Amino acid sequence: MSVAPVDLPVSKKEDAYQEGWRGTKISRVKKSLTSPWATAAAIVIAVVWTIPTFGLLVNSFRPADDIRSSGWWTIFTNPSFSLENYEEVLFSSGASSANLGSYFVNSFMIAIPGAIFPIVLGAMAAYALAWIPFKGAGWIFITIFALQIVPLQMALIPLLQIFNQVLGISGTFPAVWIAHTIFGLPLMVFLLHNFISQIPHDVLEAARVDGANHTQIFFRIILPLSVPALASVAIFQFLWVWNDLLVALVFSGGTADVAPLTQRLAEMVGNFGRNANLLPAGAFISIIVPLIVFFALQRYFVRGLLAGSTKG
Amino acid sequence: MRGDDFWGSFGEKLGVLAIGLAAFAAVVGLVLFLADRAPKKGRDVIQLIAFLAPAVILLAVGLVYPAIRTTLLSFTNRRGEWVGLDNFFWIFTQPNTLVVLGNTVLWVILVPTVSTLVGLAYAIFIDKSKGEKTLKSLVFLPMAISFVGAGVIWRFVYEYRAEGFEQIGILNQVVVWLGGEPQQWLINSPMNTIFLIIVMIWIQTGFAMVLLSAAIKAVPTERIEAAKLDGANAWQQFTNVTVPEIRPTVVVVVTTITIATLKVFDIVRAMTGGNFGTSVIANEMYTQAFNRGEFGQGSALAVILFILVLPIVIYNIRVMRKQREVR
Repeated sequence: MSVAPVDLPVSKKEDAYQEGWRGTKISRVKKSLTSPWATAAAIVIAVVWTIPTFGLLVNSFRPADDIRSSGWWTIFTNPSFSLENYEEVLFSSGASSANLGSYFVNSFMIAIPGAIFPIVLGAMAAYALAWIPFKGAGWIFITIFALQIVPLQMALIPLLQIFNQVLGISGTFPAVWIAHTIFGLPLMVFLLHNFISQIPHDVLEAARVDGANHTQIFFRIILPLSVPALASVAIFQFLWVWNDLLVALVFSGGTADVAPLTQRLAEMVGNFGRNANLLPAGAFISIIVPLIVFFALQRYFVRGLLAGSTKG
Repeated sequence: MRGDDFWGSFGEKLGVLAIGLAAFAAVVGLVLFLADRAPKKGRDVIQLIAFLAPAVILLAVGLVYPAIRTTLLSFTNRRGEWVGLDNFFWIFTQPNTLVVLGNTVLWVILVPTVSTLVGLAYAIFIDKSKGEKTLKSLVFLPMAISFVGAGVIWRFVYEYRAEGFEQIGILNQVVVWLGGEPQQWLINSPMNTIFLIIVMIWIQTGFAMVLLSAAIKAVPTERIEAAKLDGANAWQQFTNVTVPEIRPTVVVVVTTITIATLKVFDIVRAMTGGNFGTSVIANEMYTQAFNRGEFGQGSALAVILFILVLPIVIYNIRVMRKQREVR
């Protein structure tokens, strides 16, 4: 590319002109050909991706007997709706009732600190690794990054023993919070580091010259500038904690006092046949919060992702 | 009475939440405040420690130490006696565990590739089109749903009723409409593994699509204009301008999905329990360690997971190093 002879630009220009003219023509023709296909493909993907969830939503509003005996699509020819599944799942009392209300509160109890703690600690570590020069910063960052691959299963038993024997907190909310903080940290550090290390050098240099120390820089420059990235990782971490099953299974103790919705729902799936009429409503109660979070913060979320996970 | 119970425990839980958040803020605030007040000489070092220590300590205690312990356990049998590489020989000689290894390879090849390709194609197809936001939401939506929720959703999609009965699973209904016989999608091996993989692809594609779409929009328009002027057609613009520009994002996407795929066992657990030849390493590890008490064999499976994922991590570290050098 860089070894072009001196006389080449002229002919190249001509070439470019001709090719450009032909090119736009081709691309215009191509565009008018591919666009409808692309749109059609996009619509097919969107429909295929939506139908499973849509079917479950429809089923959750159908009478219990209908759910067991016919497909949800029959609702179009034979419409019949009822709220009895939701009533039963949420409000019915009795030994075998789903009692999802209490588990719903638990999910919030777990997900709010479970999102905040790792983000704060992750942002601090990401800042230190990106902007406080010291020997071994690269290795610590790489180690933390690599820790993402430690399967949770590897860590469960030793950590449970620590919670049991050293801290005495297993089966409580703080145990679940700490576990989620630990398991969330590697990804939080990785994503926030991507963003924080891209903040222009001049901005921090100017603050340093003005005599700001690291704590001041962190709170006055890094955090405000990182709001989009923080928001996006906050959404992700919240969703992951809300949707988690494994950590909850091991650390929550499984009671209605601490265990989240997913755990109760998983128990209900275990008796799929018997619960077939309750599962659609139960599943929808468990996914309604993530959906609200997602739809309410979507724009913010995409903007944050752009800043946090790509190089820009 | 029940209502009172609910509100009583609700208030109690709110109290716990407030205390937890306040305690966390107090600890972090105090650590940073003290570091700020450190003697000038060496303040930088103390601040560095204050920023880094909480994360490093938590990770050391909660992940590094357990990982090392698990590695040591992989060389012992269920009574804790040292058996060398026996557990690894066991894994690579049993027909059962060989199926598990094969399934895992299939998952790790299919999920990141298909999710990324479909996500990328979709992001391009809907780029700047009418209703882009809505179309994006539809495909991203599964990402917000828990694996358990997804398991419920797809159990209904795959639900089987014998031929002649009215189907309640959409997939079998489609097969019947097309004149076929209803299938036991989750029981007939080896295709049942593919049907589980589809659930994971369904979840992960939205993640890939959102990140890649953002990256595509970040490609400077001047470069595309320049390529257009140089006579590049749509496909050439894509391969010569867009792909190089979004490559770092593709690496992030593939890595994240690969790691998520390796760690996931919820889908397998929720849909087949690992039966009918659908188990994967993460699930088999749980089964061996927690259901059968074979901690040595479970740990050995965990170690193999590490070894499998090592090349991905090394590649990413290289890419990261290069980016740092550029900066």
